[in-house]
Amino acid sequence: MKTVQSAFKFHGGVHPQYNKDLAASKPIEAMPLPKQLVVSMSQHLGAPAKCLVKKGDAVAKGQLIGERNGFISANVHAPVAGTVAAVEPRMGPTGGWVDAVILDVAEDQSGASAFMPPLDWKSASREDLLARVNDAGICGMGGAGFPTVVKLSPPPDKHCEYLILNGAECEPYLTSDYRTMLERADRIRAGVEIMRKILNGPAVRIAVEANKPDAIAALEKAFADIEGNVEIVVLPVLYPQGSEKHQIYATVKRIVPEGALPIAVGCVVENVGTVAAIADAVEKGIPLIERVTTVSGDGVVEPKNVRAPVGTRYADLVAFCGGEKEGVRKVISGGPMMGFNVPNLEIPTTKTTSGLLFFTSARVFQYSSNACINCGRCVRAAQKMDVMDCIECGACSFGCPAYRDITQNCRRAKASIRAAAAAAKAKAAAANAKK
Amino acid sequence: MLPKQTAERYILSSSPHAHADASTSRIMLDVIIALLPALCCGVYFFGLRALILTGTCIAACLVTEGLCRLAMKRENTIGDLSAVVTGLLLALNLPPDLPVWMAAVGGVFAIGFAKQVFGGLGYNPFNPALSARAFMLISFTGAMTTWSSSAWTLSAGSTEAVTTATPLALIKKGAEGFDWSQAALIKDLFIGNVNGCIGEVSALALLIGAVYLLVRKVITWHIPVAFIGTVFLYAMFKGGVPPLVHVLSGGCVIGACFMATDYVTSPITAKGKLIFGCGCGLITMLIRTAPTGAYPEGVSFSILIMNALTPLINRFTQPKPFGKVKK
Amino acid sequence: MNAILIAICVIAGIGALAALALAIADKYLAVQEDPRIGLATAALPGANCGGCGFAGCADYARALVEGTAAPGACAPGGDAVNAELAKILGVAATATERRVALVKCGGTRSEAIRVGDYNGICDCAAAAATAGGDKGCRFGCLGYGACANVCPKHAIRIEDGLAVVDKRLCIGCGKCVSVCPRKLIELVPASATIHVLCNNPVRGPEVTKVCGVGCIGCHLCEKNAGGKEANHFTFNGFLAKVNYENPPTDAALADKCPRKCIREDAHFETGN
Repeated sequence: MKTVQSAFKFHGGVHPQYNKDLAASKPIEAMPLPKQLVVSMSQHLGAPAKCLVKKGDAVAKGQLIGERNGFISANVHAPVAGTVAAVEPRMGPTGGWVDAVILDVAEDQSGASAFMPPLDWKSASREDLLARVNDAGICGMGGAGFPTVVKLSPPPDKHCEYLILNGAECEPYLTSDYRTMLERADRIRAGVEIMRKILNGPAVRIAVEANKPDAIAALEKAFADIEGNVEIVVLPVLYPQGSEKHQIYATVKRIVPEGALPIAVGCVVENVGTVAAIADAVEKGIPLIERVTTVSGDGVVEPKNVRAPVGTRYADLVAFCGGEKEGVRKVISGGPMMGFNVPNLEIPTTKTTSGLLFFTSARVFQYSSNACINCGRCVRAAQKMDVMDCIECGACSFGCPAYRDITQNCRRAKASIRAAAAAAKAKAAAANAKK
Repeated sequence: MLPKQTAERYILSSSPHAHADASTSRIMLDVIIALLPALCCGVYFFGLRALILTGTCIAACLVTEGLCRLAMKRENTIGDLSAVVTGLLLALNLPPDLPVWMAAVGGVFAIGFAKQVFGGLGYNPFNPALSARAFMLISFTGAMTTWSSSAWTLSAGSTEAVTTATPLALIKKGAEGFDWSQAALIKDLFIGNVNGCIGEVSALALLIGAVYLLVRKVITWHIPVAFIGTVFLYAMFKGGVPPLVHVLSGGCVIGACFMATDYVTSPITAKGKLIFGCGCGLITMLIRTAPTGAYPEGVSFSILIMNALTPLINRFTQPKPFGKVKK
Repeated sequence: MNAILIAICVIAGIGALAALALAIADKYLAVQEDPRIGLATAALPGANCGGCGFAGCADYARALVEGTAAPGACAPGGDAVNAELAKILGVAATATERRVALVKCGGTRSEAIRVGDYNGICDCAAAAATAGGDKGCRFGCLGYGACANVCPKHAIRIEDGLAVVDKRLCIGCGKCVSVCPRKLIELVPASATIHVLCNNPVRGPEVTKVCGVGCIGCHLCEKNAGGKEANHFTFNGFLAKVNYENPPTDAALADKCPRKCIREDAHFETGN
């Protein structure tokens, strides 16, 4: 085990104001259970889970209520014991309406929970561990929510050489990963051992941005006596350092080809929070039913890192943090660079809600776009030049002096290209059917 | 009837929700600040007249900008300060004794014909101030090439002809027996104690402004270094007049640092900027040293010619996407 | 004099050479084309609206002659053009009814609430992708003009945050139908006069929370139009829909609708 400085700097990037000090010093705090949870069937990337419960059903804590429904999909569990009040479409953080289980939380939570039996990772088989990751509904907790079991099952012709732990947390304001590294470094270590076993012993690289020295120290301590090829790689502070493909370059200097997944260059990247969740799922049998969310911004009375069950409505979350201040103009689910604006606080947290930010008019810029002056800042900041490979990191719009909606335009272009491709495919299929 | 609004309305916008402290007007303000030392030098060497001309140009630009936007029924863009920058740059490129009305005509041309007819800021293919200067050079050739202020007080080798000419005109004429390598000449050129346009005479003042722009990250080093470097190397290989005289004379420094670096009309990428700068330097020197040409100075024309090539340069210097597999 | 003669000769010579080249090119490089393609192109209205599913009138004409398309797909041309096309191709003409676009939403800014202040690209799809859009009703017109922008005849205007179609200008090409992210534009017979201007199928209390003119599915229109047997209306959840196979004509239906979402001739007519 050693700590090294990243020697490879990718081109571009920007330096937003980090403002992490608002919540960085606040230890993770568990939140008292709200009266009602809204557990979405789409908490991950890919197909929504198939709902297994109906109105009136009583569910136990940890009970499977949504079943993985497709290759890219994940299980959903009841975060607490309670009764299903309704199953109906609710708005998620991205603005889409998907089926959600409205769960009335039981007053008495002392009943038996429906956790899975604990496994000893040392004696359990690779397949059992992989099945556990699947059963526990683990998905990437960094933001995109890619189902972890898919990442951990590389195609037979690919071998994972590097397991990269993403602890960069390059989004401003967010400190949930930082607090996890600080307080749960031992769980991260356990998760690493399990993942190493599943992936047949790859080398491990833990990527942390240089502005988190105490997290690095905590990890160094927890990993001090670990065997094998494990390194902590200290990354320069630069946005978007947490982007999967850029992190691979910064840690092991490999370039993921356009349109390919990291496994194409023998890498698997996983967020540190996810790794800790894997450890809990295996060693304690607890499915992914809660997560740490940073509630911050200048519009919240007391910024905190809150551990809350998934499905907690934003209103309950912010009430636990002393409530909103006067004059909040913007609420962001996620970080300020890639997060989503939400229109109200009825929206629930999901497995991917890393942050909930409240900005008053002092922090909100309302703008109108001016003419492009060809300054080239977007090109210098840009990570990708082909729109379909755009990771929507927002670095281009961030520095645009004309306040042009570059990222939003990329997003729109991607959507229309995908729609056109789907239409063409449907047309071709129809033509084939005719023949 | 509108149902009752139950909750406070938040702003909804697409990510990113953070923005760098950068805006078009702030960038323009930085350019104006960077040009102030040069303007002060101009006023110091050429008197209050320089200030009157500058004010006239800026006023003409602002009025034209406002009227054009009004006529085109588009939003008013006076606030982005780009018209002030154009006016200021134009004034700094005019001889100090130019009649005031000519300066006003130049300002109107710069904004009206070189910028707004194309759609305003961001759409003009050529640098507006330089377009206006080229237009004035053709329309008012006499007034644009007369330097009677004669701030130039060279101690050695000065003749009648010397005092009313710019160093470049002298080079073009091939002044016999003039000692180009004397230290006093270089010092005068550097400080600005020579004949020339209001803002171009003092290389020192211009370099102070350029350093400010570099520190503020408004411009990058590529174009100025490529431009001035090419001029220097060309002059070095050509021999005769010392390269430093070429660099410090005429509009080379103001052109390389302030005119060629205009965002709208210069390439985007570092590679493109280097090509652009080299091209400017090369054409400048070709015009300056052409034995048959009539113009002693070529900075304006070289930048205008390279402006025309900018879309082409941009096209051939597109950055390679991260992760792109080489074909 | 001599100089002039030389100049004339040179110019005339160049002209003759060029003419010869053109004549040869015309003879040897000519493209053989079915003359009916030219005829069919001329018969089409030339709007190039794309409503037929082809890139333009010429493209459709080529497909017609090649037999990969049938007459009747030209909405702007209507029956007259389709008959003409059928004649050119030597097939039987089929009559079609003129259709126009209808925006099934009445939620102007003064009738339907907005739940946020949208700040971004002025485009419906972009707005819809931002927190689901700023309109309280998730089925309603966002009013950012995606339809108006694609309309080849400028027949759609945005008034008070709502798209309105000018029936007289609309050629029924259907471009707006496909571009609307809320899928609330429908092509309806131009002769129909009673329309339900709502697209929200959820329960009444949910609708009234966000819109003053949203359909709550009370079935009063059906009752007033002769009951279920008369078959003038169909229902999708809590949303009434005019049965355009058998449209109602009674203007009083609009007045009697308690939610004022039924309108008589909802299409916007250009004045003067």
